[in-house]
Amino acid sequence: MQTPTLFALLLLLILVAYGTGFSRALSAARSRGGLRNLSSLPSYHGLFAALWCGLPALLLLGAWLVFDDAIIRSMVMHSIADKPDTIAGQNLLFAQIQNLAAGHLVGEPSPQLQSAAEHLSQLRSNSNTLQAFLSVVLAVGLGAFALLRFSPELRAREKVEKVLRAILITCACAAIFTTVGILFSVLFESLRFFQSVPVTEFLFGLHWSPQMALRADQVGSSGAFGAVPLFTGTLMVSAIAMFVAVPVGLMAAIYLAEYASKSVRNVAKPVLEILAGVPTVVYGFFAALTVAPFIRDLATSIGLQASSESALAAGLVMGIMIIPFVSSLSDDVINAVPQSLRDGALGLGSTQSETVRKVVIPAALPGIVGGVLLAVSRAIGETMIVVMAAGLAANLTANPLESVTTVTVQIVTLLVGDQEFDSPKTLAAFALGLMLFISTLVLNFIALHVVKKYREQYD
Amino acid sequence: MSTMTLDAAGHAEAVQSELTGEKMAISQAAVRKTVGQPFSDTAKLRMRNVNVFYGETQAIHNVSLDIGRNEVVAMIGPSGCGKSTFLRCLNRMNDTIEGCRVDGELSLDGDPIYGPKVDVVPLRARVGMVFQKPNPFPKSIYENVAYGPKIHGIASRRADLDEIVENSLRRAGLWDEVKDRLDKPGTGLSGGQQQRLCIARAIAVSPEVILMDEPCSALDPIATARIEELIDELRENYTIAIVTHSMQQAARVSQRTAYFHLGHLVEVNDTETVFTNPEHELTEAYITGRFG
Repeated sequence: MQTPTLFALLLLLILVAYGTGFSRALSAARSRGGLRNLSSLPSYHGLFAALWCGLPALLLLGAWLVFDDAIIRSMVMHSIADKPDTIAGQNLLFAQIQNLAAGHLVGEPSPQLQSAAEHLSQLRSNSNTLQAFLSVVLAVGLGAFALLRFSPELRAREKVEKVLRAILITCACAAIFTTVGILFSVLFESLRFFQSVPVTEFLFGLHWSPQMALRADQVGSSGAFGAVPLFTGTLMVSAIAMFVAVPVGLMAAIYLAEYASKSVRNVAKPVLEILAGVPTVVYGFFAALTVAPFIRDLATSIGLQASSESALAAGLVMGIMIIPFVSSLSDDVINAVPQSLRDGALGLGSTQSETVRKVVIPAALPGIVGGVLLAVSRAIGETMIVVMAAGLAANLTANPLESVTTVTVQIVTLLVGDQEFDSPKTLAAFALGLMLFISTLVLNFIALHVVKKYREQYD
Repeated sequence: MSTMTLDAAGHAEAVQSELTGEKMAISQAAVRKTVGQPFSDTAKLRMRNVNVFYGETQAIHNVSLDIGRNEVVAMIGPSGCGKSTFLRCLNRMNDTIEGCRVDGELSLDGDPIYGPKVDVVPLRARVGMVFQKPNPFPKSIYENVAYGPKIHGIASRRADLDEIVENSLRRAGLWDEVKDRLDKPGTGLSGGQQQRLCIARAIAVSPEVILMDEPCSALDPIATARIEELIDELRENYTIAIVTHSMQQAARVSQRTAYFHLGHLVEVNDTETVFTNPEHELTEAYITGRFG
């Protein structure tokens, strides 16, 4: 039986189980004189039967689909007498058998292959039948079991709620496990990188030039993996971005929250948030084609040397990108300051700006700091604008008019093109990713901590 | 804020509709003119023909009232009757509410309160306010009291400021409780202490008038008694207008009592007269608990 047909059949069984459970509960209720004499509503009895019928069968089916191929493969390979030793050779052999079984003949197959292919087809069809048979039997059996357990006293509601809770927990865990999974995959690759390049060199080396010679006779550098220029580049670009975004975003938020009339606010806030919806690639164009040349020309006209791709251009545009982020978060925080504090300040004869400066902002400050820290981690992780506007040269410089490169940009360049996953050049990307992960994690942690502390303030 | 007041007005209408048709007729006809003695020879605050609108809704109808020097005037009435709205006109706190409009003549010692040339900042320094819910700033106790003198430039030297803070806290009866922890946050005090801190904060700018909008409604009876004593002491130096829901409180602290009903000022009389021998039928109905 085909898997989709099987699914349809199971669905039908589930519906039947639901309907039967529902109607049995309903008739039991009728004979006892009303729904209130039932421990649970009929829909819960229906769900109870449906869950018993469907959940185990679907889980079995899912597990089958996942492990099916691997088991069949190992059975087929087991039956072959003279296997190649290498994993690659075995893969090749199995691919041949698969092709043969699917009917794509290439040349004259050996009898041994021929029989293996037949074995494979046989196993597959067996597996298919067994899978359909088992899941249907499981569904029918457990569905019937659940329906047999039916009695008006059955606490179906509590059991259904328990299952629903388990499903919700599973979903919540999926997000957490993904994060942990990403962390570990990055961590293990990084450890491999640190086997060939010492941690101290990576963290404190001043020279970044990750090109490796592929062959011994090739002309080229042996690679230098000092990440300090990348860290300073990231810091400089992020600092310039925050230098733009924090004052502008904060003042925009103050205007919107404290001064703007309702009608202005209703228009201005969504418009400001459109900025957040512009794809970062578009900001990249803007930075590379408009802002960077403008800065270069401006610098040249006042007699300064400026590269056509500069940290300043990337930082400025990134700052503009982050403005709505800062303003939206600050706006929420400022609005959360109770009106009674403003009334208190105004009632003492403060002007509006005194009220904002001396009462509202200090009261909102922890929340604003939290928002700014979140914006910083956003800036550190931003890639596209810097790729397009700041250049790729890993200069260790404090001059914002020179081109710099950042951690994210280097990750991109290291992983673009043909890769060799055992060379330090590629593995360096994971080490950089780990650094990025750790620093944004720490920033987020601090930000959340600050925001949480702020929440307790007015209670 | 304006929606809140509108809701309150709706509530008042509901209260009114509970009255019998007969009483309705009385309230409609009789409420037009204020009875008793709304005027004073030693008026500190003079209000004449005050009307307040929230958008299209009229919240206050043609109210005229004097508040005399060193006098405590209590304003009572059912919820939504406009007493808080009226109080907030006296230092123009209604300015912060969008769509609120005030008509009429209001003056403080002869200086107009509303008008194109009036600067609201010195006005509010002269007419301080204490709110329903204690609202200390999330700053230290010292900074809370020192806030007003600082923004008005009353004290330039630290020693002067210290003196103002100590005096204000003493007058608010809080000094002994907080003198050892002036640098601790004001929000850490108990509700009653917070409200006394707010009173200290208000008197630190040496106002002439103090407006109190249900200052004890969030406090327990002991803290309430403490604040009431304080109001009595403050009367020596300040003019006080207090809105309250507690008739006992009005009877205890005030010299004159004004009864508001649905935006009209129904009766103003000596507090004793209002509570023992009210002139107006609506006042009597309210103080005897027949509605409200």
